[in-house]
Amino acid sequence: MTKGTDLAVPTVFRAEGIGKSYPGVRANDDISFAVRPGEIHALLGENGAGKSTLVKMIYGLVRPDEGRMFLLDAPHAPQDPRAARAAGVAMVFQHFSLFDALTVAENIALGMENPPPRRELAARITQVSHDFGLPLNPARRVVTLSAGERQRVEIIRCLLQNPRLLIMDEPTSVLTPQEAELLFATLRKLAAQGTAILYISHKLEEIRAHCDRATILRHGRVVESCDPRAHSARDLAAMMVGGQMRQIDRSGRQAGEVLLEVQGLSLPAPDAEGTALKDIALTLRAGEILGIGGVAGNGQEELLAALSGEVASRPGTVTLEGADLSGKGPEPRRVAGLLAAPEDRLGHAAVPDFSLIENTLLTAGARKGLVRRGLIDHGAARDYALAVIRDFDVRTPGPHVAARALSGGNLQKFVIGREVMQAPRVLVVNQPTWGVDAGAAAAVRQSLLDLARQGAGVIVISQDLDELLELSDRFCALNEGRLSPPVPTEGLTLDRIGLMLGGAHGMEEARI
Amino acid sequence: MMIDPLSVFLLLLGASTPILFAALGELVVERAGVLNLGVEGMMITGALAGFGAAYSTGNPFLGFLVAACAGAAISMLFAALTQVFLANQVASGLALTLFGLGLAAMLGKPFEGVRAPSMPAGPLRINWIVWLGLVMVPLVWWFLNRTRSGLILRAVGENHEAAHALGYNIRLTRLAAIAFGGAMAGVGGAFISIATVLQWTEGMTAGAGWIALAIVVFSNWTAPGVLAGAWLFGGVTVLQLRLQAAGVAVPVQLLSMAPYLATIIVLVAISARQKFSRRAGTGAPGSLGTNFHALR
Repeated sequence: MTKGTDLAVPTVFRAEGIGKSYPGVRANDDISFAVRPGEIHALLGENGAGKSTLVKMIYGLVRPDEGRMFLLDAPHAPQDPRAARAAGVAMVFQHFSLFDALTVAENIALGMENPPPRRELAARITQVSHDFGLPLNPARRVVTLSAGERQRVEIIRCLLQNPRLLIMDEPTSVLTPQEAELLFATLRKLAAQGTAILYISHKLEEIRAHCDRATILRHGRVVESCDPRAHSARDLAAMMVGGQMRQIDRSGRQAGEVLLEVQGLSLPAPDAEGTALKDIALTLRAGEILGIGGVAGNGQEELLAALSGEVASRPGTVTLEGADLSGKGPEPRRVAGLLAAPEDRLGHAAVPDFSLIENTLLTAGARKGLVRRGLIDHGAARDYALAVIRDFDVRTPGPHVAARALSGGNLQKFVIGREVMQAPRVLVVNQPTWGVDAGAAAAVRQSLLDLARQGAGVIVISQDLDELLELSDRFCALNEGRLSPPVPTEGLTLDRIGLMLGGAHGMEEARI
Repeated sequence: MMIDPLSVFLLLLGASTPILFAALGELVVERAGVLNLGVEGMMITGALAGFGAAYSTGNPFLGFLVAACAGAAISMLFAALTQVFLANQVASGLALTLFGLGLAAMLGKPFEGVRAPSMPAGPLRINWIVWLGLVMVPLVWWFLNRTRSGLILRAVGENHEAAHALGYNIRLTRLAAIAFGGAMAGVGGAFISIATVLQWTEGMTAGAGWIALAIVVFSNWTAPGVLAGAWLFGGVTVLQLRLQAAGVAVPVQLLSMAPYLATIIVLVAISARQKFSRRAGTGAPGSLGTNFHALR
């Protein structure tokens, strides 16, 4: 949309020539777009395209360097989020902005300007949450809620303010397909009442199914504004990355001998928030990719820990090429060829304050001969880190940079590359592309496929079902610590998988 | 051997008051997400400033007021270091303790060997400041759990990123909490010099600040828990003195250890409960001890 052409149509929100610079980065450059009443407006772009900066400016967390914003045709220049909320802007954050130790009601009160007294607020929460089919108990502590329920808290917090513009930052990344459907039903209900919704997501199919307009950002600039239903997901992705998406190449793999065998693996829950593993059994062949799907908190981290060796299990439960590794720790398993890349990049897969070289040493020390007689071979470690950076296109000033300084996508490429380039027999990855933009995600997925083609076995644990359908040969569902028998991925539909994952986890009663 | 329970309880109230004040203040500071290990330094500052003011003016209550101001003032050093310059909280707190002890020792020379003015007794012949401390317990509880400001303070301590995203001023909230903690520690310290010992001695707080820090953990970050912890420490202190006076053949060192042992046992019990039950957790604020810096 060009400036000034739609003045006859009323807008809820309008941006004109918005720009914002950080030291060394032009985060937003001359951004103009408009959101109309009752519209679900998608904001599309890769990581670092400037979506977050843009919505933070609308919500008053960041101030633009230049340009003007209008809310309901009145100038909109909020000093802080409170001013933005008072003007009618509400926001649901990507990483929930909730306080675990506080109750639902307290969390909601914190997001309101003038919350009513406690009892009245509790009554209103109960009522509004039922009106929208998202029942919530105001007295519960947030720490006891599931991801879907936590998001309800955020949404109810917004709804109680009667917002004119609701911003949602990647709201479905933690939801099952059924929970996501419920969310969209809620959004459509809101839109029908005239609320404008600004919707940020990576998930192109979702945007094509539910959004009325899409504004696409690339390198901080608006590159396209279109009707997403009129374009294919491939076209949208191409607009996002500014070129053709690399087609995933699945060819050239064939299942070989059995590499990894897991039998009767049961482990108690590691802590109060954890999940017990119940009688897990799986077989992984050479050249095969096994996908394990499930909603977060159903045992993914525990399963990865049991396979990587962080947690030992009963003898005979984990066998790699005939060798029993059940009682072995991570280092002997790495030496044997069983490698793992956990979900949490910063803090689990990598030490945030260590340089990339030091992080390389942590898992590749033995297999790559980077440690000799207890002494670090710094040159070799540096060379290996450089090789990972080069081959996996990790954007960083150099291998001496601390892991925490890398963006999520770049660190993920580094973490996966560090394992893949050790040529493992079996690689287990958890959420390999979580929060990673489309380009980097495609690179990571291709590297896993290439690894399998070279004869390794790969287990991909993920909540992104599209990813599992794209990568895996067989699919298992992990539900409350139980692993379903594998089914061939070919011919599986999202609906069928949704059922395998055990329905919508308490969201069913919400459909009144 | 006769130990009169009532007299022991009255002594307990007095013995627990300094740590009760300091621990209540530190409770609010930690609920805001700040770990200020400088309690001992703020207490000794309050002890000296309060004693000096009381001695010079002859008015002990003015002494307590000055002690609160002095405690708050010196806490602002810590606040500037940690909230403005984002210095490490543990190191800054330790520095504050050492600085406070040294400063008080230096400035306190002229007040050595003189006696504090006597205080009029309050209702039931219990010191007014003891009463004030007891009133502060429900007051702090009410503030934290029933007021909007208290809710914001807890939110800031629980998750400063989220509180910032909602538009709350992290730095201002924490500055206010630190100042309150300083004032409370100052009053607690002054109680030792003005109402208990009645004179100024170098290093007279003798570790009370550290006990206050332990009590906050012991309390699981609740105001009633702080009262229970302060009474436990105060009670064991008094009982131990009484037992010594009565000539009981238990090594003094063992008796002095008892409160610390109790703290360790409670801490183990709390973490065990956290491990085995889904619902419970420790009351430790989520952002405790971490600095916050927002990009504008």
